[in-house]
Amino acid sequence: MSTLYVVDHDRGEITDAALEGLTSARALDPGAAAVTVGGDGDGLAGMLAEYGATTVHQIHHDELADYAPAAWGDAVVQLIEATSATAVLSVGSERGNEVMAHVAAVLDLPVVANCIEIATGDAWEMTRVRWGGSLHERARLEAPIKLATFALHTTEAAPADTPGAGAVAEFVPELGLDAAVTRIVDRVTTEEGVTLATAPVVIAGGRGVGSEEGFAPIDELAELLGGAVGCSRVVTNNGWRNHKFQVGQTGTVIAPEVYIGCGISGAIQHWVGMMASKNVIAINTDPAAPMVTKADYAVIGDLHEVVPAVVDEIKRRRG
Amino acid sequence: MRILTCVKRVPSPGAKIVVTEDGKAVDTNMLGFAVSPHEECAAEEAIQLVEQHGGSSTVMTLGPAEAEEQLRTIMSVGVDEAVLLTTDGSDWDPMATARALTAAVRELEAAGEPFDLILFGNESADSGGYQVGVRVARALGRPIVSGIKGVEIADGEVTARRDTPTGAEVYRLPLPAVLAIKEGINLPRYPTLKGRLGAKKKEVTVMEASREPGGQAMLTLLAPPSQETPTEILGDGAAAASAVVDVLERIGVL
Repeated sequence: MSTLYVVDHDRGEITDAALEGLTSARALDPGAAAVTVGGDGDGLAGMLAEYGATTVHQIHHDELADYAPAAWGDAVVQLIEATSATAVLSVGSERGNEVMAHVAAVLDLPVVANCIEIATGDAWEMTRVRWGGSLHERARLEAPIKLATFALHTTEAAPADTPGAGAVAEFVPELGLDAAVTRIVDRVTTEEGVTLATAPVVIAGGRGVGSEEGFAPIDELAELLGGAVGCSRVVTNNGWRNHKFQVGQTGTVIAPEVYIGCGISGAIQHWVGMMASKNVIAINTDPAAPMVTKADYAVIGDLHEVVPAVVDEIKRRRG
Repeated sequence: MRILTCVKRVPSPGAKIVVTEDGKAVDTNMLGFAVSPHEECAAEEAIQLVEQHGGSSTVMTLGPAEAEEQLRTIMSVGVDEAVLLTTDGSDWDPMATARALTAAVRELEAAGEPFDLILFGNESADSGGYQVGVRVARALGRPIVSGIKGVEIADGEVTARRDTPTGAEVYRLPLPAVLAIKEGINLPRYPTLKGRLGAKKKEVTVMEASREPGGQAMLTLLAPPSQETPTEILGDGAAAASAVVDVLERIGVL
């Protein structure tokens, strides 16, 4: 087995998710090599070696100056051919799944997205997530080159016991002029500081919040704890909060240190978006709500009374 | 503008998912069906783009004969035409799905005008393969970006916005192009009574899809391990505030 692991990075900034994926990839193949696309990724070689990469293939080309999904896919395909790789893996992040879909489309081979377990062999058998994690699927993959991604938060990112050699190998693909038609042409920054995807504390509101204004104490608690505000799909559908706050299958997948669900019943499509949280606290009037029965801690009560009281108590203790 | 939206019929999101005894399918006896959420938004986006720029939009699905119900739902909110690629209702892998959709797009375009824009959902709610749109776009030789939450069309180009944790990335693609749309780009409208009645009268073009599977096969479906844990009840109402803050202190996030 000769494995390439495609690193999700943004202009040289790597995500935890990318390191989780590499942690899973090296468990599957201790000889796995990492791949960074674009010169901005060169600086990651040392870290990738710490996480076990035996070789770091650095793909360089003028057309790869910024993220361009089709061009990234084309470049990886050429590297696969040049290295005779038999397995290519990435993480099931937005970019990881997107680049692997391009690779698979160009090679006309299957790609199995969002695996949580893989058994290698002539054919691979994997467990993958459906319904964002509400359902698991056992799948079989038969292909000369195996392509797959690991679902987010499947493994904790951990440096290898013995670092990989991390030998750097440059690769320059041949890309046509049209390869980078789909390239980032501009960026807009709207948030500073804590973001929902990476916040250590997330305070989420659901149907029980009742209105746009009802979020005021939740916003205040998030502010006090240096956390981010999240919400359930009901909230977005009612227009109380923008979709970028939505946690769940069709929103953001989070794994904070603490998640506090306020007035959220805990429908499975929301739960799969926050089930990787280390500690779950539920505040709900219904003691039988799934969010309460699945939580580590719960307060039975109206969030409109409980959350302001928690805010007051924090302020009191901080003097 | 001529726009095509590809949608999938899935069990209604939000319902409890139960697997059949043989583990080969979701037990749909007690379930309603819906258009997968990202795709519902894609169809709404197509309607809004036609309202802005003129033209017409078409919705297409690959699925069992019953998927006509979802096509009529989409037509009832303002999509003009519908195409149903019929299957036997079994689980098609993403390559087989993409091949059938690509063949259908070619057939529809040969019979009429080419599509300026083809919209997919970012991933289907049920199987979530994250690839059918990309495969169709690459087979047709058209550019595609996934995860799109904003679309503007001007001067033969589409500007597409993809949200990131801190803001957004902007892409600009020449038409004809393909986009994989995400929920949140809009709030899909509800059908009116008039819309429903109108959709009943509209024609659905039915074509038989031929299945060419790839090398990925579903073996069985299974429920994930239960996550029920003992819950420590911290108290009732505002009186529990102090216990909550104790927990936050213990975890170390205060």
